[in-house]
Amino acid sequence: MITFEHVSKSYGEGHRPALAEVTLQIDKGDFVFLVGPSGSGKSTFLRLILKEEKASGGSVQVAGRDVGRMRSWKVPQLRRQIGVVFQDFRLLADKTVYENVAFALQVLGKPRHVIAQTVPETLGLVGLGGKEKRRPHELSGGEQQRVAIARAFVNRPSLLLADEPTGNLDPETSVGIMKLLDRINRTGTTIVMATHDDDIVDQMRKRVVELRDGKVVRDEDRGVYGSGR
Amino acid sequence: MRVGFVLSEMVTGLRRNVTMSLAVVLVTMVSLFFFGAGLLVQKQVDILKGDWYDRVQVSIFMCGSESREDLCPGGAITDTQRDDLREALNADPRVAEVFYESQQDAFANFREQFDPSVADNVSPDQLPESFRVRLVDPEGYLEVSEDFAGYPGVEDVPDQRAILQPLFTVLNVATQIALGLAAVMLLCSMMLVSTTIRLTAFSRRRETTIMRLVGASRALIQLPFVLEGVVASLIGGLLASGALWVMVNFGVSRLRSRPGFTTRLIDTNDVLTQTGPVIVAVGVVFAIIASFISLRRWLKV
Repeated sequence: MITFEHVSKSYGEGHRPALAEVTLQIDKGDFVFLVGPSGSGKSTFLRLILKEEKASGGSVQVAGRDVGRMRSWKVPQLRRQIGVVFQDFRLLADKTVYENVAFALQVLGKPRHVIAQTVPETLGLVGLGGKEKRRPHELSGGEQQRVAIARAFVNRPSLLLADEPTGNLDPETSVGIMKLLDRINRTGTTIVMATHDDDIVDQMRKRVVELRDGKVVRDEDRGVYGSGR
Repeated sequence: MRVGFVLSEMVTGLRRNVTMSLAVVLVTMVSLFFFGAGLLVQKQVDILKGDWYDRVQVSIFMCGSESREDLCPGGAITDTQRDDLREALNADPRVAEVFYESQQDAFANFREQFDPSVADNVSPDQLPESFRVRLVDPEGYLEVSEDFAGYPGVEDVPDQRAILQPLFTVLNVATQIALGLAAVMLLCSMMLVSTTIRLTAFSRRRETTIMRLVGASRALIQLPFVLEGVVASLIGGLLASGALWVMVNFGVSRLRSRPGFTTRLIDTNDVLTQTGPVIVAVGVVFAIIASFISLRRWLKV
């Protein structure tokens, strides 16, 4: 699904590179935790997959396509196959739950009847059935993150990127979110999640990739958060 | 579906920055008004030139007893010379009609045109006799007048077109001032469009970020911004056209209704069919250019 070969990224002369010679393979259907201290390169890793950044060296392949050589007008097609979830949810405050999720389909020009069918389905999947008409500020943090996940998943992407999705949530709510992500992973969706949350990583026993100073220092199946220290 | 989406995004954007949108509308209106006014003055100049040049006759003034010696070294025109000249004019295919104005005729005309206090000081032999020639094609004025200026006994073939030259100069200067103002104002409106887009892009960055992430095409993300500028300029252009129409309808038309005013003038039809569409198109094109330039700077896709 994702292949990094000797990928480096530096943000200009004199700066320490954010990623240095990273080589990594993530298969279809994998669930991968990306761990490491702040500034270790986790976000850069995700941004390279989305082509929000361009690698300084090496090659990034996503779903069989060379992202580095991709023409800018083809980037939207790449992003349609990738869902993204953030720590701060990034919902539109003036739209309802339903409209927030539908927005992702509207901008892709999906027909009205498809939207009318898919959006409630997805909201049911994330456990928000019956809350379609609420606005984000009327929801708890966990519920807001569920809306964000619904929006990321409504187009049924083959890859879901999550950047600290539980960073703003209490432990109990975080568990609920992780169960949801696990369920989405079972549908065959590859998930890459950057996190600081050691409890969750230890509980889930999934593949763990640890980054430090832009390098992969650990990559183990069914790993835990802290064993590299 | 997507058309509706783009339009609703555009309306949201316009409503969110009402004052900025209003500023764009007004500045565009003023700039296009000056631009249109310049075009109309030029149009009037063209009409005047066409009409005047059509009416122009070639006046061939002949030497008389009072003529200047450097122009008439042979003194007053002789009967033979006059007959030769008349024959040459009649034979010329470019000439439609020839009238002869004797010194007595000229004196009579002079007395009609001028106040007696002036006319009483003039005697018939001070006025030159002349041939008044109407041309088949008034455009050929210069060649005809040059050909006959050299005939023996001809004192002068003045260029009548020069009479209106000061007027044309004034109108041309007026046009240049109007176009200069229009250029400055158009620049202002382009910068305003650019600033508006910068503000809108900032206030809508959440939406655009999400659109980008879910894979909306660049066109879909940028179109609402471009359309905002275009619609504002379109409204400005229509208002400017309206202002020009009012100016022509009430200003110029009043001039026309004055007795004795026979010159053809621009009318509201010129505004509706020519100037209006042109300035609206110019406004829209400038807005599109300004939009794309500033989108490249302020909206990452």
